[in-house]
Amino acid sequence: MKTKNYDVVVIGGGAAGLAAALQVHKSKKSVLVIEREVRLGGILKQCIHDGFGLLRFKEKLSGPEYVERFIDEIHSENIDYVCLTFVTKIERTSDGDFKISVVSKDGCDEIIAKALILANGCRERTAKQIYIHGTRPAGVYTAGSAQALTNIYGQLPTKKCVILGSGDIGLIMARRLTLEGAEVEGVYEIKPTPSGLMRNVHQCLYDYNIPLHLSHTVTRVYGDERLEGVEIMQVDENFKPIEGTQKTIDCDALILSVGLIPENELAESLDIKLDPKTKGPIVDSDLMTDIPGVFSCGNALHVNDLVDYVSESGEIAGKNAASYVENKGKVNRNEIDLNISNDFLYMVPQKINISKIDEKVDIYFRSKKDRNNVVLKLNLNDKEVFSKKYQFLRPPEMEKISFDFKSLNLQDNDKLEFSISEVQK
Amino acid sequence: MKEMVCIVCPRGCRLTVDNQGDEIKVDGNFCKRGQDFAISELTKPMRTICTTVKTQFEEFPVLPVRVSAEIPKENIFDVMKEINKVVVKDKLERGDIVIKNILGLNVDVIATSDILKNA
Repeated sequence: MKTKNYDVVVIGGGAAGLAAALQVHKSKKSVLVIEREVRLGGILKQCIHDGFGLLRFKEKLSGPEYVERFIDEIHSENIDYVCLTFVTKIERTSDGDFKISVVSKDGCDEIIAKALILANGCRERTAKQIYIHGTRPAGVYTAGSAQALTNIYGQLPTKKCVILGSGDIGLIMARRLTLEGAEVEGVYEIKPTPSGLMRNVHQCLYDYNIPLHLSHTVTRVYGDERLEGVEIMQVDENFKPIEGTQKTIDCDALILSVGLIPENELAESLDIKLDPKTKGPIVDSDLMTDIPGVFSCGNALHVNDLVDYVSESGEIAGKNAASYVENKGKVNRNEIDLNISNDFLYMVPQKINISKIDEKVDIYFRSKKDRNNVVLKLNLNDKEVFSKKYQFLRPPEMEKISFDFKSLNLQDNDKLEFSISEVQK
Repeated sequence: MKEMVCIVCPRGCRLTVDNQGDEIKVDGNFCKRGQDFAISELTKPMRTICTTVKTQFEEFPVLPVRVSAEIPKENIFDVMKEINKVVVKDKLERGDIVIKNILGLNVDVIATSDILKNA
């Protein structure tokens, strides 16, 4: 750190935070990235599989290759960053700035910023959050920790395992562990449909003859010091285990891929309003939270399935944080809600600032259920103003639309609502 | 008739492939790559593999690598066996070749990270 006063401080040095910082820098504002781990790069450091950057670079890069392109740019642009530094507290000062308390090997410190970008990613749901009975032996890993052990520390965490949950990281790890010589007995998913992308089900499981058991879950773990086995049961439509379907599988590890949740302890400490659907902050079209000057992006905002979208949201937050600083925090916020029908799992952003719509707004959404041949509609005051057809909508596959809200000439009391309906034959 | 999911991009198109006649007919693909993928799946399936190689650097015990181009699916485990024999002793950089022309498949194994720069 060259100074303790920055225009913008970005919390999190992963895909979202790096893209945000580069954008702030391009907008000629000073910026600092705070990273708690030893190196920049976030989760992509351990995502050594390929498939990153197809949209952005039209290349199939591995995670490190993708993120190191951004890190290289951070270095060549001389952007300030600190690693092994943890944010402990954020307070608003009387003049509207943010006082960020950090702790690092140098001790405690304070940094002042005019605007803040929360890019601190998401966390995995753990065994504690899914109520499995039995003992508490070693050998129960989240897919992400199994991935870190294998890809960063070079330690294979299992010889024979069961994977619970069919999230993308679980599928990727099924393939990875198989390549390294471990046996993946099967992937068990409580829902009747896979949680991850279909292409991952095919290239990570079916390519390696790993069975996927839908409507099944782990009900018990066995073992004293180390896991020795798990009990599997089939579940009914209410996810209730069906008596009599028990089977025991001998294994030395249970790997959990049971969902990701945006990390928002810092946001909550600032009393930022969260969306119960995304579990991230409620933001407007600038990705600004309900607290002026605080922006959110990447997986802290909502869990993305493509890093390309994560970088994109970082850039939007970076650009708008810089412009917030440029306008000395004077923002006109005239916001109307983007209402969504029950057909959606969620939509981001949740609001449109009608006094500041300068270009097309990117909208991300997920359908609540698998749907075929449907049409997405936007109604303005109950009158249809936009529609788009989809052959398939699947909850694991996030959809993006760019919409020009300016053309609607929106007024204060206007009501916008998105819905999804079957295509009329 | 065969059904498959295209793995070329995250869109994951669901393909129906008709290989009864002389020509392979592909349906359900959004772009040309889907058709190429389906034909390749039926004739010679190809895959990329990404893994790690051991290093002699204590702080970075493994270095991420991948094949520089797709390899036949049937060779995946042979290629893994070769890669697992390697111990990296130089501070290789991203894009550097770790194994040249592995098993004569005309692809190289390349480093995909700069971590060893700081080793």
